[in-house]
Amino acid sequence: MLTILALASVILLGIVPQQSEAIVIYTGWERHALVGSDIRLSCSFFSWRWTSDDVTFSWSYRADGARDSIFVFHYTGGSPYVDNKGPFRDRLEFVGNPGRRDGSILLKNLDYGDNGTFTCDAKNPPDIVGRASSVRLLVFEKVPIQAGVITGAIIGVVLGLLVLVVVIYYLMRFLVARRVFNLSVSKHGKKGKGKEGSQQRQVPVLSIGDPSKLKAAASEKKKQESRKDKK
Amino acid sequence: MSQSHRTGERPSETDCSSLFSHLAPSDKMLLLLLGIVVLHIAALVLLFVSTIVNAWTTGSTSSSDLWNNCSTTNRGYRCDLANTGVWIQAVQALMILSIIFSFISLFLFFCQLFTLQKGGRFFLTGVFQILASLFVMSGAVIYTVMSPEWVPDSEAFGWAYIMAWVAFPLALISGLIYVILRKRE
Repeated sequence: MLTILALASVILLGIVPQQSEAIVIYTGWERHALVGSDIRLSCSFFSWRWTSDDVTFSWSYRADGARDSIFVFHYTGGSPYVDNKGPFRDRLEFVGNPGRRDGSILLKNLDYGDNGTFTCDAKNPPDIVGRASSVRLLVFEKVPIQAGVITGAIIGVVLGLLVLVVVIYYLMRFLVARRVFNLSVSKHGKKGKGKEGSQQRQVPVLSIGDPSKLKAAASEKKKQESRKDKK
Repeated sequence: MSQSHRTGERPSETDCSSLFSHLAPSDKMLLLLLGIVVLHIAALVLLFVSTIVNAWTTGSTSSSDLWNNCSTTNRGYRCDLANTGVWIQAVQALMILSIIFSFISLFLFFCQLFTLQKGGRFFLTGVFQILASLFVMSGAVIYTVMSPEWVPDSEAFGWAYIMAWVAFPLALISGLIYVILRKRE
């Protein structure tokens, strides 16, 4: 039994590093930006190995409708190399921190021609097997409202109002019933004979409220009358 | 003599009312109840289907609704999310709210059926159902007015749109019946 367990654990330990050799790269899925603004495209990776000194990042760009992509950024041997001939010359800046596995770039002064797909590829030797990750850039004249924000807001407000109305209704009913009950109790406490007239007036008010309070007041009234009869 | 006290069957007549006059009053109540519930559920189902199905406007190659704008181009069939408008989201919200209110109204109907005093009205149920119908109406009106903004004018309104317009009077009538109806047994 123990030997089987030991064998299984050795095999698992042997298998798992093989699968975890692949590097996993994370970028966003889609980025929205306004014309003329700057945007930061983030890229980071996960690797089972320590970050080596030979870590490399490269960004490539494929415009919407174009067939092939061009490389616009490369970081290797400790220095970044930005685009100095292509569509992003003088507009691209490296703002990442390779020591912290961050290979983000900053695009300045966006234009409609920058719509397209940016692909980040990172390598952490000896961990070099992995799939590049792409982020789609959309440049707008004005940023559209996210899908569902207004929908959720309207639904939330209306349902919230409904709940509020129900709570206020029950609160009012509770308060009114309690106040009337307190008033009737204080009146029953005094044994004055002249109070009977006002007691008569109390009962119809109670019938609007809780039926249980009505029964309580009616039984009180009966007790009062029976006491008077005994006198 | 004492005929006025008899609550049973009257002599049979030769028109349609003879069918109902044979039934005892409790059966009539049950039938009425069933009819009302069926009407309510029909309105609810119409609302539901209309909100979900992608057929508010249809053209020769494209169809769109509250959630998607799908079209068949030479690149294949593709759908865009309908998120580029304040008004389409308002229509989405109004349709969903009408469904919710119709559900609440159905639930309240069954609650009030068992807890209402004799002679009471299904007022709350009716109010919710009428609110649901108002929401559908305003949603459909907003969609009609604003639809040129996100679908081309050449497209015609689809059957889900028509369903929404049919659901509105059904829900309204159902709500009015609830307000007028008095509990008898």
